[in-house]
Amino acid sequence: MKKWNMIVDVARCHNCYNCFITTKDEYVAQEHKGYTGPQPLHGHAWVDMEYRESGKWPIVETNFRPVMCNHCDDAPCMKAATGDAIKKRDDGIVIIDPEKSKGQKQIVDACPYGAIYWNEEEQIPQAWPFDAHLLDQGWEKTKIEMACPTDVLKSVKVTDKKMQQIAKEENLTTLEPKLGAKPRVYYKNNHLFEACFIAGTVVTKINDREECLEGVTVNVLRNDETIGSAISDGFGEFKIKQIYPNEDSITLEIEFEGKVVKKLDVDLTDSTYVGVIDIDT
Amino acid sequence: MYLYTLLYGIALALRFIALLYPDFRKHLKEHNMVVQIKLENNKVGRYYIIKDGKISTKAAIHPKPDVTMQFKNRRIAHRVLTPPKDYGELVHAGKNFQMSATGEDVLVCWWMITLGKMLSAGWKIGQKMPNGETRLVNNTNGGPVYVYVKDGKIVRTTPIELDDDDAPSWSVHARGKEFTPPRRATVPAYSLGWKSMINSKERNLYPMKRVDFDPNGERNPQNRGKSGYERISWDEALDIVSGEFKRVKRDCGPGAIALSHGSHHNWGNVGYYLSSMLRFFNGIGFTRVMHNPDSWEGWYWGGVHHYGHSMRLGSPEPFGQVEDCLKNAEMIVFWSSDPEATNGLYAGYEGTIRRLWAKELGIKMVHIDPHWNQTAGFFGGKWIAPKPGTDPALAQALCHVWIEEDLYDKDFVENRTTGFDEWAAHIMGKDDGTPKSPEWASLETGIPARDIRALAREWGKKKTYLGAGGLGGGFGGACRSATGTQWARMMVILMAMQGLGRPGTNFGNLQQGAPHDYTFWFPGYAEGGISGDLTHTGGALVTYPRMPHVMSMNNCKQMVSRLQLPDAILNGEAEGYMTDPTSMHGQFSSFKYPAPGHSKIQILYKYGGASIGTMNNSNRWIQMYQSENLPFVVSQSIWFEGETKFADIILPACTNFERWDIGEWASAGGYGHQFYNQVNHRMVTLQAKCQEPAGESKSDYQIFLELANRMGLGLYFSEGCTELDWAKRIFDASDVSKMISWKKFIKKGYYAIPPDEPDARAPTAFKWFNEGRKKDVPEPHPLPADYSEEFQKGLQTQSGKIEFIPESLKKFDDPDRPPLNKYIPSWEGTQTSELYEKFPLQLISSHARYSFHTLGDGKDSTINDIRDHRMFIDGHYYWIARVNKSDAKARGVKHSDLIMLHNDRGSVICAAYLTERVRPGVVQAYESSAVYEPVGEPGKSTDRGGCVNQLTNQRSQSKKTSAMSPNACLIEFKLYSADKNSHNETAETEA
Repeated sequence: MKKWNMIVDVARCHNCYNCFITTKDEYVAQEHKGYTGPQPLHGHAWVDMEYRESGKWPIVETNFRPVMCNHCDDAPCMKAATGDAIKKRDDGIVIIDPEKSKGQKQIVDACPYGAIYWNEEEQIPQAWPFDAHLLDQGWEKTKIEMACPTDVLKSVKVTDKKMQQIAKEENLTTLEPKLGAKPRVYYKNNHLFEACFIAGTVVTKINDREECLEGVTVNVLRNDETIGSAISDGFGEFKIKQIYPNEDSITLEIEFEGKVVKKLDVDLTDSTYVGVIDIDT
Repeated sequence: MYLYTLLYGIALALRFIALLYPDFRKHLKEHNMVVQIKLENNKVGRYYIIKDGKISTKAAIHPKPDVTMQFKNRRIAHRVLTPPKDYGELVHAGKNFQMSATGEDVLVCWWMITLGKMLSAGWKIGQKMPNGETRLVNNTNGGPVYVYVKDGKIVRTTPIELDDDDAPSWSVHARGKEFTPPRRATVPAYSLGWKSMINSKERNLYPMKRVDFDPNGERNPQNRGKSGYERISWDEALDIVSGEFKRVKRDCGPGAIALSHGSHHNWGNVGYYLSSMLRFFNGIGFTRVMHNPDSWEGWYWGGVHHYGHSMRLGSPEPFGQVEDCLKNAEMIVFWSSDPEATNGLYAGYEGTIRRLWAKELGIKMVHIDPHWNQTAGFFGGKWIAPKPGTDPALAQALCHVWIEEDLYDKDFVENRTTGFDEWAAHIMGKDDGTPKSPEWASLETGIPARDIRALAREWGKKKTYLGAGGLGGGFGGACRSATGTQWARMMVILMAMQGLGRPGTNFGNLQQGAPHDYTFWFPGYAEGGISGDLTHTGGALVTYPRMPHVMSMNNCKQMVSRLQLPDAILNGEAEGYMTDPTSMHGQFSSFKYPAPGHSKIQILYKYGGASIGTMNNSNRWIQMYQSENLPFVVSQSIWFEGETKFADIILPACTNFERWDIGEWASAGGYGHQFYNQVNHRMVTLQAKCQEPAGESKSDYQIFLELANRMGLGLYFSEGCTELDWAKRIFDASDVSKMISWKKFIKKGYYAIPPDEPDARAPTAFKWFNEGRKKDVPEPHPLPADYSEEFQKGLQTQSGKIEFIPESLKKFDDPDRPPLNKYIPSWEGTQTSELYEKFPLQLISSHARYSFHTLGDGKDSTINDIRDHRMFIDGHYYWIARVNKSDAKARGVKHSDLIMLHNDRGSVICAAYLTERVRPGVVQAYESSAVYEPVGEPGKSTDRGGCVNQLTNQRSQSKKTSAMSPNACLIEFKLYSADKNSHNETAETEA
């Protein structure tokens, strides 16, 4: 049995908001019988954007992540619903029935991802229905995928077994897997939202002038074990990526022409720019 | 006998078409009338009685026909009336008095349109979908979309995905890889959010009159913006407007009517401002509100003098850059360049994929901008953040390192440029004792000298593309600052030192220069449309020879610079400098208001309502609107927004989704020549009327037609055509009609223009110049007279070379713009100490990302819900100001707090967006809020709509230019609370 999944590549998202806007275009003031009631003009974000800014001027990184109803296989909303207000279709899509869910506000609170919205006027809980009404009419992909200019979103219809294989091969993760809800929306390059970078600038004095120093190796040590390294570029800048912060202390080791010339401790709670590191050459 | 048959045939055809098509039957019931067609000498004639949709006819001369079509002789009647309709013959006969159509304008036009409708009644437009929807196509400022329609309502819009019947895509081979763009049209949020703008509750649904405006009594201009409106009928509204036209023309003479419009419009070639609007206003004569080259300022007033390209407002030629960059470049420097925010211009996210290819190929990227902008954020690379307006100093220091360390193209400088020795002497400080060293520039720009040296070395050693501005050569950013002219001049100078046109060294950020067929012609919006405008569009040059129509011109010589319109009204005089791209020297001429012997402005006809959100020191507009020097203001607008609420009469216009048009994606023509070069597939669209106009709104074309009818200009304006007829005429004129039938085109809704075969592609820009050959790129500029020696030999400059010290500026005395492009600090920046002490933050207001200027913003549209566009706080959508965390902390401001941005010119409430993406000391807020919402008295109180343009300086970049500088703006901000005290405080600040 082939089922729908969504793969979201965080590395390709640049915050254009097309998925958000096209969802409004499809659902605002427009009902799709059996799928959704009309979405209010303002307030709902069935497909929403998350933003992460890390670092500090002048080394900053920005990342974006579309989030939406996860169409969980073990959906907390279904457990909270009374009657058959929410159905899990054979193709994996979760539909909140716009008639049967009337008045069931607890469905909104049940979603651990905050992906369900309460429609005050219609008195119904609402979430992104995977553009199911369009897929049922023969569309080969979701409307949000079609609207995305950078191929962040990929709607995939495969067996669960195949999906697990893809997840493994492409190193996909779901959001907060520990909740056990078994989302059908998978994230690629999600480390951009979870890990940190450590960046800095290596400089030196040459003929009394401060110069950027290229080719300096910078190692990151945690408990004396090297967990990452980078080489400074033409601007003397280095950026060591995918460091996951924890309680342990972090040390940076600056290595020039094979010798460690400087060490500094870094208090890592989030991505950080350690500033200018001046070394003698 | 033949003529007899032709005339009888018309009656038969009318009946037959009415039998077949219900819409035509309905149309025929609109008017009862008698139409006479005859020869001048009455020897042959037939009249037609149209009554309640029925046709009767007789071969005779009617004693009192409502409409008379008359031909000089039989020969001419045959020529004009024999199908198929030949507009060339028709226009020729009409303008040479070989034929005439007389009667009441409304009836004459209706009759002519009826004849046209016999041909169009059977057209089948759009694609029927299995679910009962019809799929139509329309086009926007961000690109084409499919529009699904059911029961007369728009259901959805989506981007267009090309199918197998469409032309193949181009490919580029670079460094062992093949790159082909995806077969779809990528568009931005404001293209996909149109439905919410069409159905917006902010639409002007009915003609409105300000309640205390009486054209025959008290006009109360002082109450504009305050007194409210009452609904009136179209007839009342149009009678008032046409009555005022007649009154001021009769009582005051030429110049009394001024026409002001935005820089952009809804997409399309028929309804565009350069099309219908010009055609109508050329017919009545108007004071031109001359546009400054708003997004190109520095390039036009500065860049051109070094290397020409005036016809592109100083932007470089764009050909072949995608292929050359991907194949040869090692680095791209984005300098004040954020194509991911501006979509280049009009081009959706078409350039994005190419920049992703560059990243895949390992091409380094550097971003020079006080703001870690969207492009920087997505592609990464080195961030260099100069203090706003100091960019020219940074550029001079690059020259310094290149000279000191021998990192420039000596051969090119020697053979393709003039004046380098003088330039080099200045850079090294031989003339003024100040070497323009990295240390010198560091003090000015706030960038460490080591970074400047590192950049200069990387640049000097690597084949580098310079993407300056959103398009890669022009558009937005640093060219819109007090030092914008200096900056754009420096961009040309940098490329001159690096050997512009050698492989891998050129202007561009992969936004322009896709390998299209540049010889395939479809008119861009500035190529005249239906205007026939002889002087201010490319119509006469390119469109007229392909589409004969009645040409037109505004023969009123009075002009006002748009930036000085309020000054002209309030003070009664103004002087501006010409936007005249036809030569490098046209800009040196000034023009004064009032023009000799002309009337002062009595009527302001305002098209759209964007001025307060887009002009500079824009509280001036409010003062202008409330001035008794301005007796009458009309606003023809789609939405009730911005300055619309200052009009006496509001004429509700509809969107281009509610009328017919035709247009090519991103194709501007004029000084935006070949802008389609940004997209991946050239696409010409039939812009379908997808639903009926909201309320009683009408298309711009229809509004002008009805005004024209009242001025006796109905036939002149319409040539008896509907908008769809005009769209067909444009199609027929263009090269598209050689490739696909009209029938197929209107069914599918678009045509993708095939790209060139790889071996037929346009050569790379400036390669010809670099190699000392004649110009071989498909660019019809400059005009032949601008070549000093031989046609197509050299550049537009006097020497034909790149001039470090331009000959043109040597002969023109502008103290702010000396021939030697020395660094002159901004007149509103970190060096203007007294002001800087009071207002220690620099505001930059870049072109917006989620709205196209004001289009998309406000209007209760879904765009407002984008949290990077506006922030929803306490029931109101606030404009966003991005502030550095340290600056916010120093003022006790937290994320999403309301803050008041202020200086001596005004105050605006924004939502604080705390970030490290702007350097400390800089505040970034996009320009172009559509919403002007004063909390108290208009023009005198703080604005919570978000028009940060109220804070910007009206001063021109240099004395002898009309160049806006919104990015030279000192401000302060503070926490704002909406209590009474705060308002009082505001009033004091501004007092």
